[in-house]
Amino acid sequence: MGGGGSETDFMIHGIVKYHLFGQELWLTTTTVGCIIITATLLILGIAANRALKRASDVPGTFQNIVELGVEMLEKMTNGILGKEAYRFANYIGTLFLFILFCNLSGLFGLRTVTADFGVTFMLGLITFGIVQYQGIKNHGFGHFTGLFKPLPVLFPINLIGEFANPISISLRLFANMLSGVIIMGLWYGMMPILLKIGLPSALHAYCDVFSGCIQTYVFCMLTMVYINDKL
Amino acid sequence: MNISGQDFIYGCSAIGAGLAMIAGIGPGVGQGIAAGHGAAAVGRNPGARSDITSTMLLGQAVAETTGLYGLVVAIILMFVKPFG
Repeated sequence: MGGGGSETDFMIHGIVKYHLFGQELWLTTTTVGCIIITATLLILGIAANRALKRASDVPGTFQNIVELGVEMLEKMTNGILGKEAYRFANYIGTLFLFILFCNLSGLFGLRTVTADFGVTFMLGLITFGIVQYQGIKNHGFGHFTGLFKPLPVLFPINLIGEFANPISISLRLFANMLSGVIIMGLWYGMMPILLKIGLPSALHAYCDVFSGCIQTYVFCMLTMVYINDKL
Repeated sequence: MNISGQDFIYGCSAIGAGLAMIAGIGPGVGQGIAAGHGAAAVGRNPGARSDITSTMLLGQAVAETTGLYGLVVAIILMFVKPFG
């Protein structure tokens, strides 16, 4: 699994090989990144919980940050989902934090976790499951007959449109992050040593921070738009 | 010079990857149009600047998708080598 040149490296690497049900499987750099990010989020969550249990009227720094985050989440979900927002705020908040930390993990020396289609496709599938569940719960059998509207001839197109949603949102996130990883890998692999000091910070600022934040926002917004279609 | 069938397939895959990236033209034009209209909207109504910016960025990120599909096809042709 090598890159283009002798030193360029932007591929996923296997670390530990194991066998399960006769399949040869690997624990990859993505798995390690996922575990680190999940642990970080758990610690943050426990710390936030402790801080809010001992909440004071004049909030300290950490309590202020947590309250700001929760307020932004409520504003974002209320903007699209309206009065149903409280049911989905948990999921959207978890999704937002996880994707944001995954996208920013390239800054901390990990290989960007979301630059692996396995991760983003699973996130897309979870969204797809929630959307279909809401459709069946709220519309019953009309969820399936709705595919034949406005004309029965359009059924194949509606069906493809329904199944294209998870693929399209997961591919969008994956391809954005992968392009960043490839650009950074090429720069670090091919440039002379003098150009590797300081200058890549501009590339990191665009490919990891800007692109990562925008794509996190887009993923959450599109998830909410898809859910809102089925309410 | 002796070119084996395998090498020929790899060469053609590289050419195909280059051709696939022509898909980058569309999102470039589309994002430019969106940014232009965003600038015009801010000029008409400077108070709504933050709303306009977030809507514009969301639309641009969605419009980028077709170009990214081209990128995915090019990357698959270059590194996964489906025809090799």
